[in-house]
Amino acid sequence: MAHYNTNEFRSGLKILLDGDPYVILENEFVKPGKGQAFNRVKVRNLRTGRVIEKTFKSGESVEAADVHETQMQYLYNDGELWYFMDPETYEQLSADETAMREAAKWIKEEDLCEVTLYNGVPLSVTAPNFVVLEVVETDPGLKGDTSGGGSKPATLETGAVVRVPLFVQTGERIKVDTRSGEYVSRVKDA
Amino acid sequence: MSDAELDWRPRADLSALRARAVLYGQIRQFFARAGVLEVETPILSRAATPDPAIESLRTSVQGFGTCWLHSSPEFAMKRLLAAGSGPIYQICKVFRDGERGSLHHPEFSLLEWYRPGWSLETLMEEVADLVRVVLGRSLPQEIRTYRELFQKGLGLDPFEVSAEDLAACAHRQGILDAERLELDRDGWLDLLLSHCIAPDLGRDCLTFVRDYPPSQAALARIRPSTPPVAERFELYFQGKELANGFWELTDAEEQRRRFQAELEERRAAGRTTPPLDEAFLAALPAMPEASGVALGLDRLLLCKLGCSHLDAVLAFPLSRA
Repeated sequence: MAHYNTNEFRSGLKILLDGDPYVILENEFVKPGKGQAFNRVKVRNLRTGRVIEKTFKSGESVEAADVHETQMQYLYNDGELWYFMDPETYEQLSADETAMREAAKWIKEEDLCEVTLYNGVPLSVTAPNFVVLEVVETDPGLKGDTSGGGSKPATLETGAVVRVPLFVQTGERIKVDTRSGEYVSRVKDA
Repeated sequence: MSDAELDWRPRADLSALRARAVLYGQIRQFFARAGVLEVETPILSRAATPDPAIESLRTSVQGFGTCWLHSSPEFAMKRLLAAGSGPIYQICKVFRDGERGSLHHPEFSLLEWYRPGWSLETLMEEVADLVRVVLGRSLPQEIRTYRELFQKGLGLDPFEVSAEDLAACAHRQGILDAERLELDRDGWLDLLLSHCIAPDLGRDCLTFVRDYPPSQAALARIRPSTPPVAERFELYFQGKELANGFWELTDAEEQRRRFQAELEERRAAGRTTPPLDEAFLAALPAMPEASGVALGLDRLLLCKLGCSHLDAVLAFPLSRA
């Protein structure tokens, strides 16, 4: 089992705490003038996304978490699980709803997603930062209103609902920032 | 090698390097006016501090053997005092293994000075004067006792409270599963001081903390009051500890006992036990009564420039050294 000493702590390091994988976000070394040194770290639970602060005695060892990120291609969803393929090895893996979280509503088949694996099992899936999706349903807005101003909800082909400007019509394709869930622009067919 | 490791440029702005030169000039002028002699003592020593909280770096010299890089010039400077040097100061690099963070770097610059015949109070005044000169600000100062900080800040008496109550307090203060840390009494006090009290000390004010628990006396005398306290102070400014001063222990027997206890603690923990500085112990009986203080110059520069990470004032931090 690999371990990290506190003096190896840095942001991005994956450690195991109480059986859960965490990533170190911030690490601060604190030491009173003549006393015990500590490492105060801010860590994010990779399962729940929760951020907590932890204090370690400097010099302590902490178990490493076998967590790494890899780019995988989304294949299909069978109603229960989402299937991904490693584009180099063609190895396939499935992710459950917990791992998918927000990503499920943004991705289409063949999209390349970042998959975080913990002991070889998908722990979380992140959609590409920007996706292009077709609007399948939205109220007809006012033709010719391209100045912006108001907005309306639009349902996209993946089922996601985003707010779009009034001029966006059903059947058009739009670019969305998946991190904020916000409309970016219309996309003209190439 | 990554690009960052290959970067040959200094990490600190040239303006920070110039500010350091100004700082050293101010310090030398301050002490020249005060009639304090600048001295230089070796970085390499046959001995090292047994202090369990400090890990010395080790190297070796051909034909001589193992040498330790000093973690403070204290032992050698006290030998100069014992030889009749009178008041002395030194600006030097010191080394402490394993210390790295926004306020720590394994190699750092220290200003250390000794005032034979001076009380801690008089020395604190001089420290405050020097810091005001360097920062160019007429900052107010205050003196608070270690006990008072814990009583007012956390509602407990650091001289009486049990390790269990300290652990419970850490828990109440939101330090997650603190009980897992398995600290001793002083360890818990260090945890609470560094996490809950120190960050608020010295807000636009020079805050001296004094009268430490005797268990944290290090090389300071213990005043036999009720309860007995260590004649030690630390200076805090903007939540940062800048200086640590002692009314120096000159009782060689007592000093040896403390060293032995520290070595014992190291042995019990399976850690290295460096050779004691016998020359220092031999000189102690001849050392005049004195107060002495060490001030971290990199941190002082940080305060002057309003930066928050030491790397901002280091030409080449370890990763670029």
